[in-house]
Amino acid sequence: MIKKKAMTGAEAAAEAMRQINPEVVAAYPITPQTPIMHKFSQFVAEGDVDTEYINVESEHSAMSACVGASAAGGRVMTATSANGLALMFEIVYIAASSRLPIVMNVVNRALSGPINIHCDHSDTMACRDTSWIQLYSENAEEVYENNLIALKLAEKVNLPVMVCQDGFITSHAVESMKVLDDKTVKDYIGVYKPKYYLLNIDKPITSGPLDFFDYYFEHKRQQIEAMTKVIPEFHKIVKDLSKLLGKDYDVLEEYHLDDAEYVIISLNSTAGTVKHTIDKLRKEGKKVGALKIRMFRPFPLQEVAKWLTGKKSVAVLDRSASFGSVGPVYHEIRSALYETEAKPKVVSYIYGLGGRDINVEHIEKVFEELENGTAKAENYLGVRDENER
Amino acid sequence: MPEGGLIVEAGNSIEFKTGAWASVKPVHDKNKCVNCLKCHFICPEGAISVKDGKIDKFDLDFCKGCGVCAEECPVKAIKMVKK
Ligand code: SF4
Ligand code: SF4
Repeated sequence: MIKKKAMTGAEAAAEAMRQINPEVVAAYPITPQTPIMHKFSQFVAEGDVDTEYINVESEHSAMSACVGASAAGGRVMTATSANGLALMFEIVYIAASSRLPIVMNVVNRALSGPINIHCDHSDTMACRDTSWIQLYSENAEEVYENNLIALKLAEKVNLPVMVCQDGFITSHAVESMKVLDDKTVKDYIGVYKPKYYLLNIDKPITSGPLDFFDYYFEHKRQQIEAMTKVIPEFHKIVKDLSKLLGKDYDVLEEYHLDDAEYVIISLNSTAGTVKHTIDKLRKEGKKVGALKIRMFRPFPLQEVAKWLTGKKSVAVLDRSASFGSVGPVYHEIRSALYETEAKPKVVSYIYGLGGRDINVEHIEKVFEELENGTAKAENYLGVRDENER
Repeated sequence: MPEGGLIVEAGNSIEFKTGAWASVKPVHDKNKCVNCLKCHFICPEGAISVKDGKIDKFDLDFCKGCGVCAEECPVKAIKMVKK
């Protein structure tokens, strides 16, 4: 049964967590993630979940507790943002390297400094090489769906998953969205039966031993190869969810791409603004379209190449910078196109850092610059000129 | 190979001869020893065995030469010497 509800992105994450009913949640408050754990701890206090909720003294401890609980054999979830994610980075890497299927909601926020609490993607993009799967969410409904997908995906490939949503823009804004009933979710996610776990006293194991030049390389190779199984598994997992929610899910979402000549690529909430702008421009007869990236890790290189071949020009919007190189999404897109014959022109726009607004006029400007060929290889969107104050 | 560096069989530290790390080894003086068994319990490698309530052997396959036993022995009955 599907119900329509009004929820913020943070509430959508907490609702998914309530229905998943993880054995352990360990988290530390940080803006703008706090409302997720605020809501979830209410569920714990009211006995709506069976979760052991661990209050910790830092995010480093939060992820450490998650690693311990997951290695012990439990379903484990957490949430964080920006500097919280940065503080737990050491254990984020260990969680993935230990092949623990933890699901973490990350509410995207600019990394300080200078100090900032508003949205950009510098936090999760800094974690793109940690061997976590990354799913990005356009709105509250996708936050909810991505949590369910993430849990199943994680347990299938033994890799942890970050479910990302834009700080404040998604996390604090109320939207109408569809949710499934508790029983349906319970049946969908099934029972978690790890092959090896520390609390299995019949089959004792050692978790986290020394792993030097003798085996570390093989374990990294296993991680590299596990990532190649993620996209095929994703397609299997979303089949049932599609039936339940009457929607299609893919690692990428195309919007009016079939006959589009000019394409904008984005992820998270900006994808919604792009779609809205496309609706407007299509009425004016413009051949514009969009590609939204739901899965950034592993990066769907082949799928991107398939969609972009033959297009005239493509603008990639990056809400984070890789200082000394190009924007992380732009980097991937260009790499995806290297083998293709009919390569479109691809340009980069860095936008929205530290929560700087991105609106319809910005998107219109990008399409305009694509169409009249005035876009440079690397551009900014919505930033002051150097001599402006 | 198990994923994530797991060791999925129990009790296999016997296969890992930590004695290879040692540059020094303990020499036990039976005459001085009062068989308090402190060294037996304290040895991080379980290398000091006991028989009939008395210190029996120092297993050099596993003694890593840390010197903790020598340091802790109340009657200085253990001396660390070059291997
Ligand atoms: S600690 Fe010293 S006295 Fe005690 S059992 Fe060992 S060697 Fe003997
Ligand atoms: S030197 Fe260390 S490892 Fe060797 S017997 Fe003494 S306590 Fe055990």
